[in-house]
Amino acid sequence: MSDTRKILVDPLIDNNPITLQVLGICSALAVTTSVMPALLMCVALTSVTAFSNATISSIRTRIPNSIRIIVQMTIIATLVIVVDQILRAYAFETSKQLSVFVGLIITNCIVLGRAEAFAMKNPVGVSFLDGIGNGLGYSAILLIVATLRELFGGGTLLGYRILPLVSDGGWYEANGLMLLPPSAFFIIGLLIWGIRSWKREQVEQADYQIHEVHRTGVL
Amino acid sequence: MTADFLNLFIKAAFVENLALSFFLGMCTFLAISKRVETAFGLGVAVVAVQAITVPINNLIHVLLLQEGALAWAGLPDVDLSFLGLVSYIGVIAALVQILEMALDRYVPKLYNTLGIFLPLITVNCAILGGTLFMVERQYTFGESVVYGLGSGFGWAFALIALAGIREKLKYSDVPDGLQGLGITFIIVGLMSIGFLGFSGIRL
Repeated sequence: MSDTRKILVDPLIDNNPITLQVLGICSALAVTTSVMPALLMCVALTSVTAFSNATISSIRTRIPNSIRIIVQMTIIATLVIVVDQILRAYAFETSKQLSVFVGLIITNCIVLGRAEAFAMKNPVGVSFLDGIGNGLGYSAILLIVATLRELFGGGTLLGYRILPLVSDGGWYEANGLMLLPPSAFFIIGLLIWGIRSWKREQVEQADYQIHEVHRTGVL
Repeated sequence: MTADFLNLFIKAAFVENLALSFFLGMCTFLAISKRVETAFGLGVAVVAVQAITVPINNLIHVLLLQEGALAWAGLPDVDLSFLGLVSYIGVIAALVQILEMALDRYVPKLYNTLGIFLPLITVNCAILGGTLFMVERQYTFGESVVYGLGSGFGWAFALIALAGIREKLKYSDVPDGLQGLGITFIIVGLMSIGFLGFSGIRL
């Protein structure tokens, strides 16, 4: 596998920012009650990560080390403002639904984390790709959660009816819990379980090992 | 008046808990909840920063950035609200830095306890989230003080509770793939269900 492809594909499953690095979950869950806002959020976050990575990488040799966090934050905040204004101009209704969560991309750990860990050490081109790759890794999880929640919570996908509800004469009884916050935690928890059962090397070590004790030997 | 403030406090702390119903500050929430002692330190720091930054950002929003806010300077048509995000994060970063220096100078004991957590708070979504909610809901100055205190308290409360559960959890036999992060998510989900029980509470 070539290096470029590795940078782009690696964050999808093998090194996913959400399920393995525990980054950027903050906003990931709140916007997933339906697919449309989640999709918009993915586009917003992926573009911010990619462009902030590219910008920071292009001036990485000129940023004094002691104030690098402030410089990075300012660049990220500026990009987020641009994205926010574009969303308000062209997708006003959905941007209302996203409310404060577009602004919260600033404090999303994925953006700052990639800037600090990757863009400060690598040239512009690969940094941009790394931003896209990590954005896609985030998007994958976000869209899975959003699809499950919208489908089972309301029987729709992107606003189109998939499962006919009992109240409209169909057969599907909507699961209200899916629209409430706890379901997002459960789905991500189970998703992590799934991924780690598939990729065994991601399993965390337990703090304490529980051994079976055979007392018969003592007696 | 007092009842309104009390209601707002309860709403901010329990009904609309930043961590469990808006998922804010999750990164830190999951990372620093392995021991009750450290969770407590971080919790106190978050309450302090939240109670200071939300009212200050409220003043900045009302006096400088809001549409028509610059009327006192003879510029009634200027709307600077698009500068909000940059100013708020700047205020938060600066305040955390000042708080760190002030604590170091006057209360070195507290500084040593909180030391490592203070810089982390700058990038905690709960802090910026609190400010953004305050702006979106158009709180007055008094309300913003109460909201800052309440939301900070709620977040700290949830964090300490989770740390307590995780301390017990390390002795239990968790399936391999769920170990660590996975089981923590499930627990947070269950806690979130518990907090749903607070919804609708009013005094």
